[in-house]
Formats: sequence, structure tokens, C-alpha cells
Amino acid sequence: MSEDKSNSGGEFEREPVPDSALLGSGKFWGMYAGEHAAGTEFMIGPLFLAAGASFQDLILGLLLGNILAVLTWRFLVTPIAMAKRMTLYYQLERIAGGSLVKFYNLVNGLLFCFLAGAMVTVSASAVGVPFGITFDVPESMFGLSNASFTALVAIVGVVIALVAAGGYQRVAHVANIAAPWMIAVFAACGIVSLAQMEATNMAALTEGKFWTDAIAFVQEKNGPQTFGFWQIVVFAWLCNGAMHFGMADLSIFRFARSKSSGWAPSIGMFLGHYMAWIAAALLLAALIKLTPDLALGSDGKVAANPGLLAFQSLGWTGIICVVIAGWTTANPTIYRAGLAFQGVLPKSSRTAMTLVAGTVATIAGAFPNLSAQLLDFVGTYGTVLGPMGAVIFVDFYLMKKFGMREEYALHSGSSISIAVMVAWLLPVAVGLYLIFAQGLFAAYAVVPCWVACGAIYLVLSKFTQNSVATTEGNI
Amino acid sequence: MNMPAKLVSLVALGTVIIPCLLYFVGAIGIDAVKWAALVGTIVWFIATPMWMSRELPKDATEVEI
Repeated sequence: MSEDKSNSGGEFEREPVPDSALLGSGKFWGMYAGEHAAGTEFMIGPLFLAAGASFQDLILGLLLGNILAVLTWRFLVTPIAMAKRMTLYYQLERIAGGSLVKFYNLVNGLLFCFLAGAMVTVSASAVGVPFGITFDVPESMFGLSNASFTALVAIVGVVIALVAAGGYQRVAHVANIAAPWMIAVFAACGIVSLAQMEATNMAALTEGKFWTDAIAFVQEKNGPQTFGFWQIVVFAWLCNGAMHFGMADLSIFRFARSKSSGWAPSIGMFLGHYMAWIAAALLLAALIKLTPDLALGSDGKVAANPGLLAFQSLGWTGIICVVIAGWTTANPTIYRAGLAFQGVLPKSSRTAMTLVAGTVATIAGAFPNLSAQLLDFVGTYGTVLGPMGAVIFVDFYLMKKFGMREEYALHSGSSISIAVMVAWLLPVAVGLYLIFAQGLFAAYAVVPCWVACGAIYLVLSKFTQNSVATTEGNI
Repeated sequence: MNMPAKLVSLVALGTVIIPCLLYFVGAIGIDAVKWAALVGTIVWFIATPMWMSRELPKDATEVEI
């Protein structure tokens, strides 16, 4: 338990952060500078190109989307974090009850496993380059790649899971050391790619032929696809929906001394979700221009192989960067998922649960389509976890105004708030139906689900709080 | 002890980035860029742990996307 406490959220897990522990803005800028430049960036960037986004839309759409994300952190998360100074989980527990929070945490853990699985795939793609092991993306969602790549995924997954089971501190330390270098390597990849495509002057950059040629090649091989301006905006805004709309970063900003700390995610966004995504997308464009055959999988379609892309640009440095980026992202993710599983089975050991999470992640990593669908997965992740933030928002701003009690589970002693459970699961179920059955772009579902969750929670609370009060009165 | 190590780290980062800019303007070839980046990487990972031992963020378990 003490280990759980020390690792799952730092100190002051079950109490408001005292004034003596508050941190200045500089600390948050320093922390976010190293965030969001991770293994996922190597995968997401090329997917924009593969999905048919125009270069102009990418530049402007990512700019607007990232600005919206920063504004959401600053004006939605920071004020509540500074007023309550509690972790997401402790706030949710007081509002929704301990058992429901455990269930939420379990869902969180399962989603983390799939995210970690994508990172296992990314790392394996880089490890495979020196051994000539290719990365084929099969037709079906649950199809395996070639036998060599699948075996490599298993080896990489086992190593990552074992390291995560040993504790994440050392990996987190490596991740800290690697962060500035990784950002430099992303920038280097972008610059080299532009030079390789001879886009070295303003005329060539504004003409954008290097990009339109690559898009034409992808469309010829993969079939016509479009990824418009607003899709890019919404994706950039909501890919971290779980962190801002979903309020996961309450746990970070509860230490903020001033509201200006809420601007700090901008450095992470514009380094990781702007520069790094564009640089990673340019890697694929350069590969298509220089050696188009290498950009094709065994099925003749263009596939983003992060390891190969980085190797073609920066050689061994690129390989090292993809391996470290994938590893340092997958490792804490598996560790965190293990903690979530342990929360559901408190008698199990953390090591065993981390290995379970690592096994799930490795199995997920063996299906390359899961990482190839990362744009959709990230949107789905925000759709599932984001709405819980609306519960916190409504509880903080609206409950008293509507004559109801805040943090009702705490006051009623309930372990499951029916109002929160229905308000969360109903919109999420509708959102998932629209995504998987109707083909809705996943990131589009985040905000409607968030709004619906807040509204349903408010309405249901009116009934459940009254009925409980009446019951208590009768007794 | 810290200052020289920080300086070496800075030079290492420069060794990763500056050759790329030189390649961009056509001053050097791609092989030189790749070798310089590898040397910069090795030097970075030797020098930086000597000074970058800052306390981990309070919520280092947060998952990155």
C-alpha cells in the first residue's frame, strides 16, 4: 500500500495540498517541456499524411487545436485544481464513491494497456531495422504481422514488462534525461527530411509539392482518403481529452501557486504535438520521395514504420530515439495499468499485476493495426475517460447553485453513485456505438459526451439526492 | 562539477542539431549528419546524468500521449 501511495500520485494523495508544498510556474513549464514528446508522436505524425491531410491544414489545424487544448487546461482544469487541491481520484471518490472509482480506474488501466501495446509495436519496429525484420500491417484489425516481427514484439514486450515490474523510477529517470535530446532529434528529423526532399527555400515550402506528391502516392496505393482541417483541429485539441476535459491533470495543477501555471502545457503541446508531429509526418514524406518501395508493406499499401522512418533520416540515432521513446512511454503506462489492476484486486502483488498489464500490452502490440489506428484509439480514449471531468465540473460549479450537495458520495457514505455511473456510462455507450458502428471520427465524440455526462449527472442528482434524503428522513 | 557537464550536454545537443542545419543549407552530406548525431547522442547520455538528477515530477506516473 505504501508503495502504491508513493507511486500512484505522489504525496498528499488523500488531503488537499498545503500552502507549504505549492510550486511556482517555472516548475510546471519545466515539467511539461519534457512531456508530450513521446513514442506516440512517431506514430501519429505519419498517420496524418497517410490519412490524406493537406500540409496547410496540418500547419494551421494543429496550431488552432493546440491553442484550444492549452486554453482548456488553463481555464477548465487549473481553477478547479487550485480551489480543491486534490487528485482526480480522490475528488472522484468523494463525488462518485470508492467502488465506482475503482471501476473507472480499471477501464483506464485497460486503455493504458492498448496504448502501451502500440508503443511496444513502435519499439519493435525500430529494433527490427538492423536485423532486416520488416513491419507488415495486415488487412484485418486482429491480424498478425509476419512471424519474425511478431516474435520481436513478444521479446520487446517481455523486456518492457519485466523492467516495469521492477519499478518505474529508473525508467522515469532515463525518460527525464532523454527528453531534451528526444526533442532535438525530432527537430533534426524534420530538418533532414525537408532537405532530403529539397524543400530548402521558402518557394518550395510554400508550394508544398514535397507533400502533395507524397499524398498522391499514398492515395494511389491506399485508396482515396481525406482528413480535413476540422478533424485535425479537433484531434489536436482532444487527443489529450482525458488529461484536460477528463481532469486527470488536476493531480498536477493541485500544486500550482498561481493560475499562470495553467499556461505551462503550451510548451509540451507546441514541442510534442506540433513540431514533433510535423517532423514525424515529414519523415514519411521523405521516405516516399527517396525510396518509395520501402514505404510499402507486403500488401502494397503505405505503412508508417517509425523505426525505418527514423533510420532513413538520422541513421542509428533515429533508431535509438524510437526505441527510447517507445520504451519510456510504454513502461510507465504498463506500470500505471498494473496499479489500476491492483486497485481492483488489492490482495494481488503489484509485480504480478504489472506483468498481467505487460502481457495484455504485448498481445495488443502483436496486432500492428492497433497502432496503425492510433488516431482513432486516442479519440476513443478521450471519449471514454473525458466525461468524468464533466462530473467534477458540475459538482464544483453547479451543485450548490441548484440547491444540491457537493461530493455527495462522501456525505451519504455511498460507494457507488448511481447518478455518476449512469451519467458516465450512458453517453460513453452512445459515443462508442457512433464510433464503432456508425464510423464517427472518434475525437468528435469527446465534447458531446462530456456535455451530456454533465447534464445527465445534474438532472439525476436532483432525483437521487432527493430520494436518498427522503429515505433517510423516513427512517 | 555541474557547469562543465552542462556545457558538454549543450554541445552534445548542438552536435545533433547544427549538422542538420548545415545539411539543410547544403554545406555537408547526410553521412556527416548521421555520424555527428550519433556522437552527440552518446556524449549527451554520458554527460547529462552527471547533472540532471532533478526530483521526479510529483505525478511522474502520468501517461503521455
